Amino acid sequence: MSSLYYIAFKSLITKEVNRFTRIWLQTLVPPAITMSLYFVIFGNLIGERIGQMSGVSYMEFIVPGLIMMSVITNSYSNVASSFFSSKFQRNVEELMVAPVPTWIIIAGYVGGGVIRGLLVGTIVTCLSLFFVSLQIFDLAVLMASVLSTSILFSLGGLINAVLAKSFDDISIIPNFVLTPLTYLGGVFYSLTMLPDFWQGVSQANPIVYMINTFRYGFLGITDIPLLHSFAMIFGFVVVLYSIAHWMISRGIGLRS
Amino acid sequence: MNALTIKGLTKTYKGGFEALKGIDLTVEAGDFYALLGPNGAGKSTTIGVIASLVNKTQGQVEVFGYNIDTDLVQAKQHIGLVPQEFNFNQFETVLEVVMIQAGYYGVPRSEALKRAETYLTQLELWDKRDEKSRELSGGMKRRLMIARALMHQPKLLILDEPTAGVDIELRRSMWDFLRQLNQEGVTIILTTHYLEEAEMLCRNIGIIDHGKMIKNTSMKSLLAQLNVETFVLEITTTTNPCQLSDNTLRHIDDHTIEVDVERGRSINQLFSQLTEQGIEVTSMRNKANRLEELFIRLVEQSR
Repeated sequence: MSSLYYIAFKSLITKEVNRFTRIWLQTLVPPAITMSLYFVIFGNLIGERIGQMSGVSYMEFIVPGLIMMSVITNSYSNVASSFFSSKFQRNVEELMVAPVPTWIIIAGYVGGGVIRGLLVGTIVTCLSLFFVSLQIFDLAVLMASVLSTSILFSLGGLINAVLAKSFDDISIIPNFVLTPLTYLGGVFYSLTMLPDFWQGVSQANPIVYMINTFRYGFLGITDIPLLHSFAMIFGFVVVLYSIAHWMISRGIGLRS
Repeated sequence: MNALTIKGLTKTYKGGFEALKGIDLTVEAGDFYALLGPNGAGKSTTIGVIASLVNKTQGQVEVFGYNIDTDLVQAKQHIGLVPQEFNFNQFETVLEVVMIQAGYYGVPRSEALKRAETYLTQLELWDKRDEKSRELSGGMKRRLMIARALMHQPKLLILDEPTAGVDIELRRSMWDFLRQLNQEGVTIILTTHYLEEAEMLCRNIGIIDHGKMIKNTSMKSLLAQLNVETFVLEITTTTNPCQLSDNTLRHIDDHTIEVDVERGRSINQLFSQLTEQGIEVTSMRNKANRLEELFIRLVEQSR
């Protein structure tokens, strides 16, 4: 049985990676261009006038957040669009009739989202090297942070796709929830700049924890204790995984 | 051993529509079984429940002894499904479609490649293996669906209108392929609107209407229930209208008549009477497919 599961998982991952690499002009190039513009405009042009933030140059400060932003957006949208397309074309039925357990279905789609997220993250990191000399402060924290964030948002994308009934439904969350939360999650500013009340409000934003741990991995600075951040991220992963597993097992949005 | 056992299967959709009202069905291993019914009768819902695409409301389903409630993984391993609508990824190549499906069933890549070559060759798709599946013709897509369903070598193959929209030449070649599969031991359940297809291929038959099984018997005994067959005869022109002793003849035009022949009555007698009246028969055919006549009668009776 374990060999069946391994082969099924491998097939799903291969399918997912083939899907986004086949359309690389739509999946890999746009985030590279968008982030390059951020680097030029916010980092170089505006950043020089801002000066330092949390003891580092503004460019150094925003680069980890921008990398994380691209990882979040791409992990989420990869799973959301891939799973919803499968639903829309009804080829998700191939999976539903096969002896593939729910956790493998989740692992396969989330794995695809993580691979795209990390690939885009790597491309953006490489681009950032044209603008700033990046140092890694703690590789383990960096990797744990980017991986758990990518898993979390892939799970989010999966839940969105399971519930979606139209293509509009898979763009609502990224446009109206994800983007505002990312911008308000401390990509461009330090939370310590905010009044106490808004600092408290910001702590309800899960993206704050992810950007902070990731920034710590690069720069060794964080607005929130690391353990607290990782506990929050892990908690969100467990909750979202449980919801996704429950929905797919019950066939919500999939079976009539 | 039964390939499929269904007991008291019911399905009520949200909104209260009862698609299945207590279906009982047994299909023996090795059978070629026709599941017929008018549109909306419940055939696809029944298939959906067997294949885990539809949640049942009540009842039991067993596939080769594996209950879909308790042994779903084992049950699924035995089922190959060819759905009514094309549901493969249209952006994948023909080979990718079948290879990915094999992977979902745990077939190792090297073995899957061998099977892909075998089935795609048999279904005349091997030359198209690197083409995007959306570029295939309708008939090729239908055959791709069959090849995909066979990749894990299921013991029970369920085909939901596999020849819909397929030209007659291709349909016949698909019939040959399905017959061969059945001879190799694969149990086949077929739903179709082409009743001559069911008559030609299947040994047993079930007819569903309004969510109920109104007939479940062998094809032979069902066809034996047909008491009267109507023949259409092309005849030479006669000056006087021809007649038969039992008034079972109808004139369609100067060259065509229809005759109802009761079961057991000799057709030779009919020819003798026509010959006596100086009428020469130039050709003869059934007015309708025998199963079609029975099907319409049974469905009308059940309403």
